[in-house]
Amino acid sequence: MTIMKKLLTSAIASTLLVGGAQAAISDNTVKIGYLADMSGTYRDLAGPNGEVALKMAIEDFGGTVNGAKIEVLSSDDRNSPDVASSTVRRWLENDQVDLVAGLVASSVSIAVTNILKENDRLGIISGSAASSITNEHCSPNHIHYVYDTYPLANGTASAVVKEGGDEWFILTADYAFGHALEADVTRVVEENGGKVLQAVRHPFPTSDFSSFILQAQSSGANVVALANAGADTTNAITTAGEFGLTQSGQTLAALLLFLTDVHALGVESAQGIQLTTGWYWDMNEEARAWSDRFYEKTNVRPTMVHAGVYSSTMQYLNAVKATGSDDAQTVRKQMMDTPINDMFAKNGIIREDGRMVHDMYLAQVKTPEESTGEWDLYNIVRTIPADEAYRPLSESKCSLVTKK
Amino acid sequence: MTMILGVPVAVLFGQLLLGVINGAFYALLSLGLAVIFGLLKIINFAHGALYMLGALVTVVMFDAFGVNYWVSLFVAPLLVGCFGVLIEYFLLRRIAHEDHIYSLLLTFGVALLIQGILTNIYGVSGLRYSMPDVFSGGVNLGFMFLPYYRAWVIVVALLVCFGTWFMIEKTKLGSYLRAGTEDSQLMQGFGINVPLLVSLTYGFGVMLAAFAGVLAAPIYSVSPVMGGNLLIVVFAVVVIGGMGSIAGAVITGLLMGVIEGLTKVFYPEGSAAVIFLVMVVVLLIRPSGLFGKEA
Repeated sequence: MTIMKKLLTSAIASTLLVGGAQAAISDNTVKIGYLADMSGTYRDLAGPNGEVALKMAIEDFGGTVNGAKIEVLSSDDRNSPDVASSTVRRWLENDQVDLVAGLVASSVSIAVTNILKENDRLGIISGSAASSITNEHCSPNHIHYVYDTYPLANGTASAVVKEGGDEWFILTADYAFGHALEADVTRVVEENGGKVLQAVRHPFPTSDFSSFILQAQSSGANVVALANAGADTTNAITTAGEFGLTQSGQTLAALLLFLTDVHALGVESAQGIQLTTGWYWDMNEEARAWSDRFYEKTNVRPTMVHAGVYSSTMQYLNAVKATGSDDAQTVRKQMMDTPINDMFAKNGIIREDGRMVHDMYLAQVKTPEESTGEWDLYNIVRTIPADEAYRPLSESKCSLVTKK
Repeated sequence: MTMILGVPVAVLFGQLLLGVINGAFYALLSLGLAVIFGLLKIINFAHGALYMLGALVTVVMFDAFGVNYWVSLFVAPLLVGCFGVLIEYFLLRRIAHEDHIYSLLLTFGVALLIQGILTNIYGVSGLRYSMPDVFSGGVNLGFMFLPYYRAWVIVVALLVCFGTWFMIEKTKLGSYLRAGTEDSQLMQGFGINVPLLVSLTYGFGVMLAAFAGVLAAPIYSVSPVMGGNLLIVVFAVVVIGGMGSIAGAVITGLLMGVIEGLTKVFYPEGSAAVIFLVMVVVLLIRPSGLFGKEA
């Protein structure tokens, strides 16, 4: 089906290309390519509903920008950097795509940023977690919008250490994202006076975690941290429950949990888990109002990634409108100069390394008694101010920052 | 504490036991594949999807009709088994005389269809299924905490494996089956309905997959994509055991569970690859598999 869709869209796109070109907006069309995992582990947290959010933004924006059409292409990256690279290369070289949005698995995003840089186009990463994307992998051609592993570690890990969890066992997904999270967590734990006793790296994806939970139980650690995501995390939490991990006095810390994961686990088994999130659908009036509209279209509540896709697309289109251009550097500069104030963030700033810094939230999963509906899942425990949450530029290894 | 290569012996015992439990899953799944290949010469790439269907049907039946675990243990495999018979009757039968590769491609397509449609309906985050109350908790064995449910899995999986082997190798029905696939014309001549036998055999193999799915429902995240990764591993198990060897599939399943479990302790990063490494080595040394008949 997606192949048919792709063929159709590219056929339509190429006939449209023949039309007149305006000086500033190339081929008089702003083309946005939405690339995400549409069918695998990360489908629900971004996936097809992220495309819905993207199209909501375009619709709310008015469907055109300075008279130029806005078009959307979308494709499934299947969590494969190779598939993603060839898709994006085709988009940039043949289809004149101006912005690549979505971008979920960190390994995919890192591969795509290289191609964006070669072609001098813009990418906005909403789904990925690795903080290295705006650190050692930073480039003038992408923006990392929603969250990254640095605040995940800062929020959850420091809260857990402060509660007395000072000896850690980390179970890490064995790829770019997991490694970045493990490194960030280790730093936070050690800075707060704790110690990482052992870190075990599991293949991505893994369905049976019993062996790793057993290792965690015999490690002598008082905190077992999960540096993984999606089905890996929910499977590990379920298995930890089955093997009585928390009954034996160990604290379970999930470092990256999405709303959809908690929804899948249910408050019964997820209650009390602390997590860090960039956004929550029920956190304020504005977020709720937008979420209601999203719910009408999708029948699910949006994750922070969905909200981030909407918000970042809106920012992008506003920047195109203000500058009258779809040139990557012009638009990125304009986006950096405009603070973000919308349903997603207040006073969000895009820094020179491409990191969008905004307040993050430490949340706790509600108990079954507290929860009033299937999506009523979090209590926001603490707001982590933007400047405290993200890696300060003074620690940055990004060449755009260190060059100065 | 006594240590082996820096790992306490107690921990090692625990991992061995877990390996056997995971191996029991591999055994059940590879057994179904081996029955289907051994008797029908069909390379069933839909096996992972049918395993997933077993789990999904269990969850959906519980959510919609409150059907409990024990009933599901029989009903879900039956339903999925019937679905298997339909696949055999309407699709596989038409290409029975073609090369094996056709059945592989056809079943692979069927698997993608089932998985794609269900992903659209249920998403991939996983559906909730609570453990039956009888199994909550576990027993402390000294070297590890063994949840009751895992103990149940190993017992019931091994019983089913043994029962299947016994039925095919030692009973009259089994001898019909084996004879029917060896020389179907002769058996037709004896008045045996071979096409029916073939349908039922495929359905039975599918039931084994669905049964493993029901066993998996309380402990793994149930989602339309749960069978995809497992399928490749299970195929490797069947290849190592020797395509079509019933006992080989079971023994290799258990063995591979243990090897994978030990790898998770000594070199966890390699645990996804170790079974394929074994497969390569076995294919180089004994191309027909550990328990296969020499070609």
